[in-house]
Amino acid sequence: MIQVEDLTKRYGARTAIDRLTFHANKGEIVGFLGPNGAGKTTTMRILTGFMPPSEGSGRVAGFDLLTESLEVRKRVGYLPESVPLYPEMTVVQYLDFMAELRQIPNRADRVDEVMEMVRIDDRAESYIGNLSKGLRQRVGLAQALLHKPEVLIMDEPMDGLDPQQQKEVKALIREIGKEQTVMLSTHILAHAQELCNRVIIIAGGRIVAEDTPERLSTQIAGGGRIHLQVDGDSDGLVEALRAISGVVDVRRVASDRFEIETAPGTDGRAKIAHAVVTGGWRLLELHRDKASLEEIFLELTKDEKDAQASVALPKKSNQRST
Amino acid sequence: MRNAWTIAKREFNHYFVSPVAYAVAFTLFLVLGIIFNFNVATSTIGFFGGPPQVTQWVFGPFVTLMLFLTPGLTMRLLAEEQRTGTLELLLTAPIKEWELVTGKWLAAVAFMCVILFISAIYFVIGNAITDPGLDWGVVGSAYLGFLLLVAALMAIGVFTSSLFANQIAAFFATFAISLGLWLVGLFAPQGETGIFAEVVRYLDISGHYYDNFIRGVLDLSSTVYFVSVTVLFLFLATRVVESRRWR
Repeated sequence: MIQVEDLTKRYGARTAIDRLTFHANKGEIVGFLGPNGAGKTTTMRILTGFMPPSEGSGRVAGFDLLTESLEVRKRVGYLPESVPLYPEMTVVQYLDFMAELRQIPNRADRVDEVMEMVRIDDRAESYIGNLSKGLRQRVGLAQALLHKPEVLIMDEPMDGLDPQQQKEVKALIREIGKEQTVMLSTHILAHAQELCNRVIIIAGGRIVAEDTPERLSTQIAGGGRIHLQVDGDSDGLVEALRAISGVVDVRRVASDRFEIETAPGTDGRAKIAHAVVTGGWRLLELHRDKASLEEIFLELTKDEKDAQASVALPKKSNQRST
Repeated sequence: MRNAWTIAKREFNHYFVSPVAYAVAFTLFLVLGIIFNFNVATSTIGFFGGPPQVTQWVFGPFVTLMLFLTPGLTMRLLAEEQRTGTLELLLTAPIKEWELVTGKWLAAVAFMCVILFISAIYFVIGNAITDPGLDWGVVGSAYLGFLLLVAALMAIGVFTSSLFANQIAAFFATFAISLGLWLVGLFAPQGETGIFAEVVRYLDISGHYYDNFIRGVLDLSSTVYFVSVTVLFLFLATRVVESRRWR
């Protein structure tokens, strides 16, 4: 559905995105994750036909981004980041206008339909200028869904919504993602983790990682960190734990709490449990940390920041690495 | 073309939900009314002599006022869309740039048609108080020429509005270009000949109206002039909107 190769966009001397290659299939929700200024909005603007790339090529919904932009735009729904709307129009007037621009048959029916989908139908006659941020977001979403797009592109769809509204929008996106291709950008990692089948992490205009949220977690976390809590006396436990194969490091956090680092690719929990019990200690709690997307994100985008810092302060960065 | 119509409809309606339409109409009819009233009063007492020139009474000040009012009517057309970001939604919808530009221009011209329709009241009154009444051919010619002139000014306005995200900047740029075309005739005083004077006179937007249409002369070269200016500036506006994509 979306297939781009070596997408590059330069604004004068500044390279906003640098040779991005990625794809998104039908029925997939792909999350675009990155710090502010990473190039998410630029990429989305290219995918929606708002502007062409400086270099590279791409196909969206089966049509070429450069030569068949009009056909692409017919099949893409877009929710821009700031949700630009006409404040002096009512919700229904605005949606009718957009539906007319998209030449949708039976306009009035379809407008009613999407208003129900995003649950804005009770405010149909309100002026958009009087709506709250959350409601405006829904109007923007309704607009993006009007023409039953094959590809839905959303720039920060959760921004400025309260938790209840976020829940509703997430449910809606999941529903749409079953049939269509959804691509959304966010800088809130929990959203991507929760919603997306696949996450593309982008920093400084480059893709730094791409995988399912789960695989990204294990990939980065490696063996991971195991938390252990025992009851009462814990003398000699540290030594006993260190003796277990696969255990890299053991730290005593409190008198009865331990953090155990294990080697990548191993799950030492069974061995640890066994060692604790056979050693006569009383096991209270044992669980493994899965690295959250947040940690992965910081980990991956850290290199980028270091690289930038090394340009600005080469000496300091060298000292740190030695 | 259908999309241009959709854009035009929305924009036309917008004139009436914003105070701009009423401010423009108020200014126009207040000034035109005062001047018309003065002319009627002085002509009945035979102050200036000669037959009453109802067409001149109305369209003389009308055209001058349009120099100031056109920028006000066109300044927000594209500038506002750029400022608020709604242009992003329009340009990601399957519409072509020329449809957007033409639609905006069409809305402004349609709004002026409403104003022109109301202004007919002066000619109804003028016809009633003069003997043997008005020469409707001259009136028709004046209306047609006025519409062509305003269409050209509106195209200039759409063009400058495409350049800026700031309405005030668009206002003054429109005003400057229009006034420049208005005054360019000063470089070719009466009686001067030669190719330079010819070109300058042809560029003078006021001459095409005052020398021809308002006197009842339907001049082909003047018509071509107004249509050319309109097409040229709509074309330039389209290119500017297209270039936004490449920046």
